[in-house]
Amino acid sequence: MSSPIPAALRNALRTGTILFVFALIGTALLAFTHDRTEPTITRGQLAAKRALLSQVLPAELYDNDLLSSQQSVPPDDLLGTRQPSTMWLARRGGEFSGVVLEAVAPDGYSGDISLLIGIDADGTVTGVRVTAHRETPGLGDYIDRAKSAWIDQFAGKSLTHPAPKHWKVAKDGGAFDARAGATITPRAVVKAVRSALDYFARHRATFVAPLPAREAKPVKEKST
Amino acid sequence: MMTMDEFRSLFHNGLIKQNTGLVQLLGLCPLLAISNNVVNALSLGLATMLVMAASSGAVSGVRHFVPNEIRIPVFVLIIAALVTVIDLAMNAFVHPLYLVLGIFIPLITTNCIVLARADAFASKNHPLHSVVDAVAMGLGLTMVLVVLGGMRELAGQGTLLSGIDLVFGEESKQFVLHVLPDYQGFLLAILPPGAFIALGLLIAAHNWQKARAERRVHAAAPMPA
Repeated sequence: MSSPIPAALRNALRTGTILFVFALIGTALLAFTHDRTEPTITRGQLAAKRALLSQVLPAELYDNDLLSSQQSVPPDDLLGTRQPSTMWLARRGGEFSGVVLEAVAPDGYSGDISLLIGIDADGTVTGVRVTAHRETPGLGDYIDRAKSAWIDQFAGKSLTHPAPKHWKVAKDGGAFDARAGATITPRAVVKAVRSALDYFARHRATFVAPLPAREAKPVKEKST
Repeated sequence: MMTMDEFRSLFHNGLIKQNTGLVQLLGLCPLLAISNNVVNALSLGLATMLVMAASSGAVSGVRHFVPNEIRIPVFVLIIAALVTVIDLAMNAFVHPLYLVLGIFIPLITTNCIVLARADAFASKNHPLHSVVDAVAMGLGLTMVLVVLGGMRELAGQGTLLSGIDLVFGEESKQFVLHVLPDYQGFLLAILPPGAFIALGLLIAAHNWQKARAERRVHAAAPMPA
């Protein structure tokens, strides 16, 4: 019995089937690996986030689960954000005890510098960390805690300490150190921290108000 | 099975004669981008080697079932799947390092040296030979990466093995070698131009070495009448 299917078509079907089988095996392999690694990856990301938050807001300041207190913040000029950002509200014994804000310094030397700023209930900075930046390696990147302790000098500062007119780098007559050769970067960070404190002062009342309804539905994790 | 001579010639090929970084000059993008310190360079080199060994072995194993016309898509599929597996595994188990190497792990897929070895060697040879060839090629690449990373890290920030804590945890920070204490740093070496300059120096050294070896062979040979 001769096959009614022309040889070329048969060949195409054959190669197509082989390709399909390989795609199937590849997909199965990926699905399996994904299934096996996903819990570890999620756990790692949560742990990394928790560790980051605890660097800007000391753990003894709060007794709630900071990660689940996450809320979305609409874009705000004072935070330098052009897209909704996130904040985490800390409470101790049900009382508002601090907040972690995401802020952006838009005027870094090479674009945006993303910051995480912890502020306690009195409006005092508890810690600042740079979470993303593209500053020049070896020059402006000392704002990164992994490179130097420069960013630590914000802890303990508030809108009254130092006085508003000293919220500048030393070169501009302010209270904050900056290394010679790279002043644009720290200038941007100082400015961003200061306006985040302004944001805090303006919105403090809404943080303090116990709003269990708001906390009840945590915002969906932003995929970054 | 494989004779010792074959084994040696495959390694000689991968490490020196056909070194991907110095002779074939394939896959230079990750080579230049990630060689800013030893730890990054070694990690990416080993990850690439792992992908190459696995993909060459897999390609060689299925070489009789893959029609010639669709071999490239099948090879790319195999490589991409293996890279994604490694990407997920690194994300799960060495998360900090994963953050540093970032986009360059998925980009191993597009590193032409992986596909080049799969197509030029593994698709025509026994799996054992193919894996050995891939390991030798990967090792050659890793070697160049590490030397490059060492040169740039030393010239750029005066240390070696900085960032080792990203792989082995906070305690391993003690292994960071501050070769030049109180070094001010040399920015150019860390930035991309430093990668080009250092690679150029390495290639020049390799060519000089080769030319010298050839001259010696010529000198030893009897003069034609």
